[in-house]
Amino acid sequence: MRRSSIGWKLIRLHTILVYIFMFTPIVVVIVLAFNPKQFGIFPMEGFSFRWFVKLAQNDSIIDAFKNSLILGGLTAVLSTSIGIMAALAFIRFDFRGKNTINTLLLSPIMIPEVVLGVALLLFLRFLQQPKSFALLLIGHVVLTLPYVLLIVQARLVGIKKEYEEAAKSLGANGFQTFMEVTFPLLLPAILAGALFSFTISFDDITATLFWATAENQTVPVKIFSMLRNSISPEINALGTVMIVMTVATPLLAGYLSRKFTNLKA
Amino acid sequence: MKSNSWKPWALLAPSMTAVFLLLVIPVCFIVVYSFWLRAPSGADIPAFQMGNYAKFFEDFFYPQILLRTIRISFETVFLCILMGYIPAYFFYRSSSRHKQIFLLLIMLPFWVSFIIRTMSWINIMGDTGLINHFLLRIGLIQAPISMLYNEFTVLMGLLMYLLPFMILNIYVSLEGIDKSLLEAARSMGCTEWQAFREVTLPLSLPGLSAGSLLVFVLTAGTYLPPMILGGPGNDMIANLIFKRVIGTLDWPFGSAISVILLALLFIIVWTYNRYLGINQIFKSFQGN
Repeated sequence: MRRSSIGWKLIRLHTILVYIFMFTPIVVVIVLAFNPKQFGIFPMEGFSFRWFVKLAQNDSIIDAFKNSLILGGLTAVLSTSIGIMAALAFIRFDFRGKNTINTLLLSPIMIPEVVLGVALLLFLRFLQQPKSFALLLIGHVVLTLPYVLLIVQARLVGIKKEYEEAAKSLGANGFQTFMEVTFPLLLPAILAGALFSFTISFDDITATLFWATAENQTVPVKIFSMLRNSISPEINALGTVMIVMTVATPLLAGYLSRKFTNLKA
Repeated sequence: MKSNSWKPWALLAPSMTAVFLLLVIPVCFIVVYSFWLRAPSGADIPAFQMGNYAKFFEDFFYPQILLRTIRISFETVFLCILMGYIPAYFFYRSSSRHKQIFLLLIMLPFWVSFIIRTMSWINIMGDTGLINHFLLRIGLIQAPISMLYNEFTVLMGLLMYLLPFMILNIYVSLEGIDKSLLEAARSMGCTEWQAFREVTLPLSLPGLSAGSLLVFVLTAGTYLPPMILGGPGNDMIANLIFKRVIGTLDWPFGSAISVILLALLFIIVWTYNRYLGINQIFKSFQGN
């Protein structure tokens, strides 16, 4: 299409408007976080860090952050590990019921979190077990597993089996082949999967509202309970911290991985 | 490929155990519980009766929430297509060097906290929010207009959450179109618009429909946007489940509503799979 045609200009304008729509909420949170005014509202009256300072002094928020980081980190490790194993089974082997099992493992994407939340709590109630951190953790693993599986599978399809067969014909056993050949080739997908599951876990609210106890509240749950009163500038500051964290993490990871590959080459 | 060896099963064991213990069995429990009775004391009594379902359909209050959920889901799908198709087409046709950055930017909100983005609509549309501040400032209005806590704001929250899913699905589908088909159409005398209508649009339908299914399913089960941006009359079915289970601790009734929601989604997904095939839907996640 000609760049100068009216049609293309309208397409571009529409796209820009969609970007504005998507980004205004994010920008507004960040801007208001620096507004010194009491109620976190417009107009801006200068520039201050007072809400960030207040945030840093709020012990319950710091605790929630710790919980979220630990939960997200453990979820990423567990979910990526079992996700890689499952992906290997699906791509490298043929067995009965493969499609059914694949669909089953991907189904948490399509099942509403509210239903998952109720279902798991109900099961726990039946077993007469209290809610716990372990429950939250395995719940998050199930929630994030489909994404890891999809990402790792997609990459694994692209890795030729010949590499693995070559290693095996040179005398490596299955585990050695995986560690020396498959794993390094799979690494970008593994990192992407781990990041995805960390972010999903760190950000999850609906299922976590069901599963979290008073002791292991996560940041989103904390924000949710703060919102019950009203929207305070502290929430905007907290939001800004979360935005910086969740956006900076993948960017940093991308930068580091590029740096590492450069060093190797 | 080896077949019937024990290895794939060993590799699948941990994830299958997790999904069975935390998904399959618990969902079976919901179904069983939905037939139980709730004693006036609050205890749950094992039974097999349809009372919970009868209660749901006994007057118009609960079915109305179900219908609203279905209507809002269709509205969201429609709006996502309306707003999302053009940006996807823009990425597809753009020859800009910065195309990758544009794409990355549309993915960026995925990485930004959902609750923060949802809550921020209060910053924008609240009585003291961005829009009212702007309108007051230019003198168009004398007092703030209240815009929050209605179906419109709920839709705003849903759109902001789901639009990237739709754009990505359509884009993946568009990117798969062989560009020589377009050239052929053009060389045979089609106008730009005709080529789009006859070639590009039909070939992008798999992505469009996959995106629609995903958006529908995610909307139908949504909890947060109606909770934060909706008023009392905008509850969707997930809000109802939450209120019955966490609020009034009525587990059997909450289970029955969950089963109704699952049944709705199952019918939608089954019908879709029957006619269109489900696999397209997972492609957009693999692209990145």
